[in-house]
Amino acid sequence: MPPLLSMRGVAKSFGAVAALTDASLDVARGEVHALIGQNGAGKSTLIKVLTGFHRGDAGTVSFDGAPFEASSPKDAQAKGIATIYQEVNLVGFRSVAENVCLGRRFSKLGLLDIGAMRAEARRLLARFGLDLDVRRPLDGFPIATQQMVAIARAIGFSSKLVVMDEPTSSLDDREVESLFAVIRGLKADGVSTVFVSHKLDELYAVCDRVTIMRDGATVRSGSMAEIPKLDLVATMLGRDLKAVAQGGTTGFGAKGGGARRPVVEARNLFRAPLVSDVSFAVGAGEIVGLSGLLGSGRTESVRLLFGADRAEGGSMALDGRAFAPAEPRDAIAAGLGFCTEDRKREGIVPDLSVRENMTLALMPRLTAAGIVDGKRQRDIVDRFVRRLGIRCSSPEQPIRELSGGNQQKVLLARWLCTDPKLLILDEPTRGIDVGAKGEIQALIRELAEGGLAVLMVSSEIEEIVEGADRAAVLRDGRTVAALAGDELTEERVIDAMAHGSTGSAPC
Amino acid sequence: MTDRALVPRPRRLSAGLALRRNGAVLALAVLLAFNAAVTPYFLSPGTLNINLTQVAPIGIVAVAMTLVIATGGIDLSVGSLMAIAGALAPIVYAAALARFGSAGLGVALSIALPVLAAIALGWLNGAVITRYRIQPIVATLVLYIAGRGIAQVMTNGNVQSFAQPAFGFLGLGRILGVPFQALLMVAAVAAGAFALKRSLVGRQILAIGGNERAARLSGVPVVRVKRLVYALSGLASGVAGLITVAINSSSDANLVGSGMELDAIAAVAVGGTLLAGGRATVVGTLVGALIIQLVRTTLIANGVPDAAALVVKAALILGAVWIQRQGRS
Repeated sequence: MPPLLSMRGVAKSFGAVAALTDASLDVARGEVHALIGQNGAGKSTLIKVLTGFHRGDAGTVSFDGAPFEASSPKDAQAKGIATIYQEVNLVGFRSVAENVCLGRRFSKLGLLDIGAMRAEARRLLARFGLDLDVRRPLDGFPIATQQMVAIARAIGFSSKLVVMDEPTSSLDDREVESLFAVIRGLKADGVSTVFVSHKLDELYAVCDRVTIMRDGATVRSGSMAEIPKLDLVATMLGRDLKAVAQGGTTGFGAKGGGARRPVVEARNLFRAPLVSDVSFAVGAGEIVGLSGLLGSGRTESVRLLFGADRAEGGSMALDGRAFAPAEPRDAIAAGLGFCTEDRKREGIVPDLSVRENMTLALMPRLTAAGIVDGKRQRDIVDRFVRRLGIRCSSPEQPIRELSGGNQQKVLLARWLCTDPKLLILDEPTRGIDVGAKGEIQALIRELAEGGLAVLMVSSEIEEIVEGADRAAVLRDGRTVAALAGDELTEERVIDAMAHGSTGSAPC
Repeated sequence: MTDRALVPRPRRLSAGLALRRNGAVLALAVLLAFNAAVTPYFLSPGTLNINLTQVAPIGIVAVAMTLVIATGGIDLSVGSLMAIAGALAPIVYAAALARFGSAGLGVALSIALPVLAAIALGWLNGAVITRYRIQPIVATLVLYIAGRGIAQVMTNGNVQSFAQPAFGFLGLGRILGVPFQALLMVAAVAAGAFALKRSLVGRQILAIGGNERAARLSGVPVVRVKRLVYALSGLASGVAGLITVAINSSSDANLVGSGMELDAIAAVAVGGTLLAGGRATVVGTLVGALIIQLVRTTLIANGVPDAAALVVKAALILGAVWIQRQGRS
């Protein structure tokens, strides 16, 4: 029997950037199919090509035995493919019944047939064992229920395939279980599901087969039962377990010495829903890596340390004293700096100059009687432009006109000029060309050798293994391994990501 | 977001930039030349003084509005705050005179207390916006509606006559022949322009308007700065309300500051400040306020009815926004 859905050799470029080069996806009837890959692997683009949000540049798609092309998500829905997004895309202030029937015609004599809509909504929800008051507005229900409503709506279109893009990221354990029950129910009715998630345990719990993507191409697909977790993670990250590269591909150079006096210590940090139990410590003059798959709570953990979010549990200490920043301002005053992973949304102020962006955090200290000391400001900026080799036409150039690598250097300088004790770097080399990447990595090492404590979050394993002196590995919001010295190998990190083993080094 | 630094900027864009920078000044020059040639007695000291007298409240309120808009916000309540300050002044004066018997103290209090009240209400706007994360346009709409009502209730809807000569100096006084309130406006523009360019708060205002999340993560006290700009907007509104009362020698809660929010926002937009925040020019706002005043003068002096002048004002705002869009990539 031919598969329900077959996508072959799909390619898609946005301008000069290739998002998909050679992607394929086969889904059998009544199958629950996992689609996984790192950030930028092309999962979302592939789904958007399937649902008609994007038009593919090349490749063939067949669905239900015939060539398939959708002109829009609405068109795809009419043809039997429904998509449920991470954020529920429904109308919160309208009733459950109206939402379930959204996009379908329920009218009598030109007026809405509310009775029929309610009956239809009850009928569909009953299939999931849900008995709701369908007259109540949707946003009065928990997210999980809203998601069920979204699925019920999808089934109402007599979908043959339901695509779920990270449906569990905002659900708790019990809610996840009831979602799984729904998926199994769909399967029993012969409806297929494509399930996108980063939580390995969930994938193994509910999925039959898996397609793994990397760099815009499908690299492997097979039965979940035949691919062990470790293999899955290694394939996804593109690491060959047998031949871990010797020597450096990164610009970090030689590592520093052993553990030192801790500058900062975090114990059992907790903040729902992504941080469950995270601990780490960073000493002066060392680089500590924070590793983990997407959604493991890396960024969320360091945001707690910087006061960007408030911890709901656990404790932090700075120089041996209790530390609980309420705002980033407090953390900065205590000697912390934080380079975010999202330069554009959280880093640069696009219209301000290189000079102003660089001194944004330092400016209060350059101020006397409310007026900024322009000369000192310019001196400091000139020094860091030279030291970091920032390429700009002048410090007065708006930062938005700089390349990604140079923007990142300006943001690094924003913290370096405050002379911090601890620098938190979240994906310091993401979206930066190779040359600038090496320069930034070498700079980080140089700073650590000068006595700075560095906490580095990275999704690139080689950056952690080669760059960090020690590393903590997170999995589903928990620190599952602390690795140092000879233990800090790609194998051990990947193993911890997959299974959650514990290393011996204190971290 | 790769190497944009190496790509030469398209010519049309820099022409748009030049237009945005100088368009308002050009429009002002054209208006001045046109009036000098056509409008009778335009260049007489009397006409110039009337224009300066009338533009001062707009200019003062618009300077503070520039700072509010630079943070990415807006303040619709300025006209109503003017009405409240204006309504308070005669009441405070009468009460102070009855109690202390001193006209000097009465005038001092009738200036200080209304302005303080306006500052407090402006600060309240900022507090509501930051505490409950309500959009500025909605939060200040509350005081826009309620404020004028409060002013009318305070005065029982009556016009209060207030012809106190010392208080009247605010609106009728001259220093070296120049209307006092025009000097106040110039001082406000100078202070605003200097603060925006050189002071810590000024730079933080622009950082917040340009990227609020980045500003917060860089330690900018976002909440404090926002409350400050709305309080400053209250201060400017309070002063402008008193000037209006002084000019008329009476306070009418129905009319004081009516439509001011639109004049001030128009002045800011025409002056070249980005309405989305992050880019602002106080001197541009002064030019914008002068343009709006001159358009009104031109139309009225040449027999065009006031109602038609509103349409022209709207066209000006549209033009300003259009020019802003030209400058963006």
